[in-house]
Amino acid sequence: GPAGRSRSAMNCRAEVLEVSVEPRQVEEAALAVLHTVLLHRSTGKFHYKKEGTYSIGTVGTRDVDCDFIDFAYVRVSSEELDRALRKAVGEFKDALRGSGSDGVGQISLEFYQKKKSRWPFSDECIPWELWTIKVNVVNLANEQERQICREKVGEKLCEKIINIVEVMNRHEYLPKMPTQSEVDNVFDTS
Amino acid sequence: AMDTDLSSQDRKDLDKFIKFFALKTVQVIVQARLGEKICTRSSSSPTGSDWFNLAIKDIPEVTHEAKKALAGQLPAVGRSMCVEISLKTSEGDSMELEIWCLEMNEKCDKEIKVSYTVYNRLSLLLKSLLAITRVTPAYRLSRKQGHEYVILYRIYFGEVQLSGLGEGFQTVRVGTVGTPVGTITLSCAYRINLAFMSTRQFERTPPIMGIIIDHFVDRPYPSSSPMHPCNYRAGEDNGAVYPSVEDSQEVCTTSFSTSPPSQCVFTVTKAHFQTPPPVVTDTLKVPVMGLAFSHQLSSSRLSYQPAALAVGSADMGYPLLFAGGLTAAHPHQLIGPGKEGGVPPVPSQPAHGTQADQERICTPLDGAHYSAVTPSSSEDTETVSNSSEGKCGSPHDLLETIFVRKVGAFVNKPINQVTMANLDIPFAMFAPKNVELEDNDPMVNPPESPDTESPLQGSLHSEGSSGSSTGNTHDDFVMVDFKPAFSKDDILPMDLGTFYREFQNPPQLSSLSIDIGAQSMAEDLDSLPEKLAVHEKNVKEFDAFVETLQ
Repeated sequence: GPAGRSRSAMNCRAEVLEVSVEPRQVEEAALAVLHTVLLHRSTGKFHYKKEGTYSIGTVGTRDVDCDFIDFAYVRVSSEELDRALRKAVGEFKDALRGSGSDGVGQISLEFYQKKKSRWPFSDECIPWELWTIKVNVVNLANEQERQICREKVGEKLCEKIINIVEVMNRHEYLPKMPTQSEVDNVFDTS
Repeated sequence: AMDTDLSSQDRKDLDKFIKFFALKTVQVIVQARLGEKICTRSSSSPTGSDWFNLAIKDIPEVTHEAKKALAGQLPAVGRSMCVEISLKTSEGDSMELEIWCLEMNEKCDKEIKVSYTVYNRLSLLLKSLLAITRVTPAYRLSRKQGHEYVILYRIYFGEVQLSGLGEGFQTVRVGTVGTPVGTITLSCAYRINLAFMSTRQFERTPPIMGIIIDHFVDRPYPSSSPMHPCNYRAGEDNGAVYPSVEDSQEVCTTSFSTSPPSQCVFTVTKAHFQTPPPVVTDTLKVPVMGLAFSHQLSSSRLSYQPAALAVGSADMGYPLLFAGGLTAAHPHQLIGPGKEGGVPPVPSQPAHGTQADQERICTPLDGAHYSAVTPSSSEDTETVSNSSEGKCGSPHDLLETIFVRKVGAFVNKPINQVTMANLDIPFAMFAPKNVELEDNDPMVNPPESPDTESPLQGSLHSEGSSGSSTGNTHDDFVMVDFKPAFSKDDILPMDLGTFYREFQNPPQLSSLSIDIGAQSMAEDLDSLPEKLAVHEKNVKEFDAFVETLQ
C-alpha cells in the first residue's frame, strides 16, 4: 500500500468476494462488483446553504450489459467514476496477465475517512470499509466451455450482488455525512 | 404506545417517506421489467421529484396504478404492497414469475431519526432494489420479451399471495429499514423452475409449450386488479390520460406463438398493394372450402392491429412458429416480424387438427402464379423458388402468408390447371417455371397436343388420350371424360367435371406422412431463410391476393 499513510485496522470491516473467470471476463466482473458497491456508497454532491442547511444532489443510474458474461448490472451515472474504475481495473487485468496463464490476483476498494491532524503529523486515513475481489483466472479449451462459463459467471455475479446488498443492509458504521470528508476510494492492486 | 414518542411532524414525514418509497419501489421494479436499459442522469440540483436523492423516473401510468392499489393507505402490518411480475405468451397463457413484497413488521426502532437516518436508509434500500432487480431470473426474460411473450405487472395491496410461483420458489431479501412505527422490509419471491426456461429456449428449441404448460395453473385468487404490460411506452403518453386497462392489454398482446415443430409461418407486412385483376375476387368464390376459409381468416386477421412492439422487433428476421396441434381452445394469434418495429398480425388459426391440416397460402404474384408451400416438403420449396425465378417482380421486403385449413380437394403437388393466367386462386399448388400465358393453360384452352410444360397438363392430356398417366406424378389419376350435370362454372373457366377429377384423388400430403414429433424445429428454422427468400420474390402475388380480401 501507499507509504506515509497510517492505517488503523480497527473498526474497518472487510468483505471478500471471490470469482473464477476467463481472462476476457476479468474486467467486466470486477467492474460489476465495484460499481455495485459504489452505487450504494455514492451520494449526490453536498451543497451547503445558509443557516446550516444543505441539500444533496441527485444520483442517476444506468444499466450496463456485459459483453463476455451473461450479466447486467446498475451503476451510478458518472462518467468520471466509470473512467476511474476502468482505469484501475485495466491495470489490474494487465498485472494479472503478466503473472502467467492461470493467475490469481485481487483488487480492493477501500473507503476511508480523513482525519485532520495537527502539524507535524500528517492526516490520518482511517479506513472504515474494505472490499476485496479475489480473481481466479481460468483458461478454457473450447467454445462450448466458454459458453457455459458465460452463464456460470453470470450466475455467480448474481450471487455476489446479493451478497453485497446483504452487507449494505446491515447498516453498520457509516461515517456521518455532514462531517465526513468526500467519500473517497483507494485502489490497491496486488 | 407506538406513536407516543414520535412527534407529529416526524410522523407526517415518516408517512410521506413511506408513501413515496412505495411509489418509487413500484417504479424501479416495473422499469426493470420493461425490457430496456434504464438510464437517468445525475444532477447536482435536485428537483422536487428526486425523492431519496435518486433519479428515478416516474412513469405516470405506473404511479397511477400504484396509487390505485394503495388507495390512500400505507404498507402496515398485515397490509403489504405487492408487485407481481408475470409472463404471458401469445396464446394467452400466463405464469407468475416474481412477487416483490413491501411489508411492515412490528419491530420498531424508536431511537432512529426519521428525517435523517430513515430517509437515507430508504435511499440505500432503493439502490439495493435497483441492483437486485437485475439479478433475478425474470430480468433476462424481460430483456428478451416482445416476440413470444410479454412481461406484465400487477399491483395489489393486502395479503401476499405466493402460491402462483410454483413449488420451490426462492426468496431474496433486498433490505430492511427500521422506523419508529415498524420495520419496512423489501423482498422478492421468485419462481425458480424457469431457470431452464431461459431465453435460449425461446430462440432455438422445440416444445416450449411442454414446459410452459407445467407451470400454468389457475390463479388461486381471482384478482380484481388487472395485469399491465411492463413495456408500455410512457413516453408516448401525454401523462394526463391513462389508458384503460383493456387498452393497455391490447397494446401488450403482440407476441409470437411458439409451438412444437410443425410448420413455420412467415408473416410480414405488405409493402403496398398491387391492383389485382378483377377476376381475382370472383375466383375466391370458387367452391373450394379452403378459399372461403382463408377469407374468413384474413378478415379476422386484418381487423386486429396491434401496436408497435418494444425494442427488438424491427430487426426480427426469424419466422414465427405456428402453434398448430396445441390444445389451446382459442385461436392463436400469430404475429410476425414487421417493418419498422410494427407487428402485423397473422390470421388466427383454430388449433385443432394436426399440422397436416394446415397449408400455407401465398398470394399470387402479378396474377400469374400461385404458389403455396407446405413447409414440410423441401421439394415444394424448390418448386416455388423455380416459379418465382420465372415470375417475380421486384421483390418487396415483406410478404404475407396466410394459414388455411386443409381441404381434401387440395393437393400439394403441382396442379397446373389452376395456374391460370389472371386468376389468383390462392390454394396450394405450384406453378411450373415456364407456364405463364393463358394460352398455355389447359384449363383455358384444353390442349390439342401434348403440352408438357406442366406435369399436370401433361397428365391431363395423356390420360385423356391413353387412359394412363405418363410423366406425371399422379399415378392414381384416372381421367374419365364425361360431362357432369353441372358442367360449367362461369367463374372458373374449367368445367366442374374436370375440376372434380383433378381434385378427387389428391395424393397424401407430405406433411401427413412425416412424423411430426420427429421433426426438429432446428431443421425448420434452417430452411426458413431460403423459404423466406422465395416468398419475398412472390410478394406481389401475395399483395394482390391480400388486396382482394380487404
